Amino acid sequence: MAAAAASSQSLPITVSNLVKAYGDLRVLDDVSIAIRPGEFMTLLGPSGSGKTTLLMALAGFVSPESGSIRFGEQEMITTSPHKRGVGMVFQSYALFPFMSVVENVAYPLKIRGVSPAEQKSRAEAALEMVKLGGYGGRRINQLSGGQKQRVALARAMVFEPRIILMDEPLSALDKKLREHMQIELKQLHQKLDATIVYVTHDQREALTMSDRIAVINKGRIAQLDEPKALYRRPNSLFVADFIGETVLLPVQREGDGVSLQGRKLKLATPTPSGNGPLQLVIRPELLQLDAGDDGDTNTIAGVVRQTIYQGDSVLLIIDAGDGREVSVRIATSRAGQASLPDSGSRIALGLHRDDTVVLAEQAP
Amino acid sequence: MAIQDMPGASPWTQRLLAIYGALVLFFLMLPTVIVIPMSFSDSQYLEFPPTSWSLRWYREYFGSSAWMSATWTSLLVAVLTTLLATPLGTLAAYGMHCTSDRVRNSLQLLVLMPVVVPSILVAVGVFHLYAIVDLNYSITGLVLAHTALAVPFVIITVLSSLNNYDMTQEMAARSMGASRPQAFLGITLPQIRFSVLTGAFLAFITSLDEVVVAKFISGGENATITRRMFNALRDQIDPTIAAISTCLIVVSVLALAAVQFFGARSKGRT
Repeated sequence: MAAAAASSQSLPITVSNLVKAYGDLRVLDDVSIAIRPGEFMTLLGPSGSGKTTLLMALAGFVSPESGSIRFGEQEMITTSPHKRGVGMVFQSYALFPFMSVVENVAYPLKIRGVSPAEQKSRAEAALEMVKLGGYGGRRINQLSGGQKQRVALARAMVFEPRIILMDEPLSALDKKLREHMQIELKQLHQKLDATIVYVTHDQREALTMSDRIAVINKGRIAQLDEPKALYRRPNSLFVADFIGETVLLPVQREGDGVSLQGRKLKLATPTPSGNGPLQLVIRPELLQLDAGDDGDTNTIAGVVRQTIYQGDSVLLIIDAGDGREVSVRIATSRAGQASLPDSGSRIALGLHRDDTVVLAEQAP
Repeated sequence: MAIQDMPGASPWTQRLLAIYGALVLFFLMLPTVIVIPMSFSDSQYLEFPPTSWSLRWYREYFGSSAWMSATWTSLLVAVLTTLLATPLGTLAAYGMHCTSDRVRNSLQLLVLMPVVVPSILVAVGVFHLYAIVDLNYSITGLVLAHTALAVPFVIITVLSSLNNYDMTQEMAARSMGASRPQAFLGITLPQIRFSVLTGAFLAFITSLDEVVVAKFISGGENATITRRMFNALRDQIDPTIAAISTCLIVVSVLALAAVQFFGARSKGRT
């Protein structure tokens, strides 16, 4: 059977100039991406961005108009799905309801002609990996949502594929279970030695699990970076707005620098070129209330309008003049609460220069 | 019972509804049921209720080589039609399910044509076509014509069950190394098999029951039982017809029971 399967060495994936169009709509618009062997790569984007189409193209269920997909050195663009040797986990789990749990997990082995005894032992081992040891005899309709997801995972990895593709596998689970499974999946990835490509629209999920994240918008890769870099150094307003909580403040060009409230800002990144309008990207939790001027901090003056208690944190809505609003998030720790200003009081907010990112309204 | 589940209905309304329902069922069953006692009559003519009882008309039927040969023709044609129409219709439904909505809708219209067009028109058309290709009065011709009539029923039943089936299961199977035929036969077919069986049953009955087309294109030693019955009724009214009808009812009921039996088993598994 498939030569790509049954080896325990993860593969790099190289996608070059991939185009997929439905009529006039380019769902994938000249996408190139290099995924490293063993990497946990997340394709993150809003619905309709093309992230699932890209995943389906990797799996072979979508045939692109042009471009190249290589697994290692091997060109895959015309290879049928069943010969690509990838494990796949679907949003709807796609378990076979007329088979038992162990029959489901053993299916890829059965198709590959593995002996019944080995099928059973390997399926049991895979179930053990996803903490479902002893569930082999159950019927699918006797399982909870989380258990079904684990069976789908076991089934995707039982034949030791070097690449595993996952299409929003956790989105049908409730929040608590989802967060638990995120951690578990991450741990599983470390044991597996497989390249994982993971599709989600949940930015927190992407930040939690990924080695790197490709933010996809309108069929193009907007930014490809590690979670921390993506969060702290977004390269466009789209990425800034899509990842995390973001407040945008219009700022003015002044010479080759940027100013806010008449003060020149110290920036973490170079001023965007061109002469279009600029926005300061602010993460509410990075603003400091008691801003001492140490020479490396920008200050934003404002008046406290509202204080909103949100359990783990308090959100302050600040009027920064000219109808511009900034929100500040402060942990509900003792230290955070001690300095909480009253509504109506004037305050100065501090933003460290390393956190000061200014972006052009339209990407150049 | 659905009647008892009706919320807010008074006992009287419920009782009236039950009586009404029973009357409708009785009316639907009456023609079928009345034939059975008539077939056991001892009389020369079709009469109801029979004044005396006998099995003579069954002896007449089973003893007549002409009736028997027509019966075998009908059964052979029905079985061949089922064997042809079921895979054809199932594959057509599968193909239609996998295409875009636009293509599927226009195909559906095309495929349903044989059902919508009056059978007399189909019969005339087929007769003229067969005159050219020399298929009139042949088993092959009958099977092909009946298959065309039966395929839509298979398509409709299979298509409706595919609509309730999650095709990502097939994608999952393919990602795990199964070829498309393997995935269809191993994963999809077991889950839609009740509708395939139902379609096969409808194909069988469509062929067995068909008279208009058969009247035109079958004859001689390849005349079907329905065609012969039709001719017999025109010449003389004879209780043999009732005996044959009873046998046909038994065959249909047995086929339906088989479908239900296997259906219940396949549902029990999921």
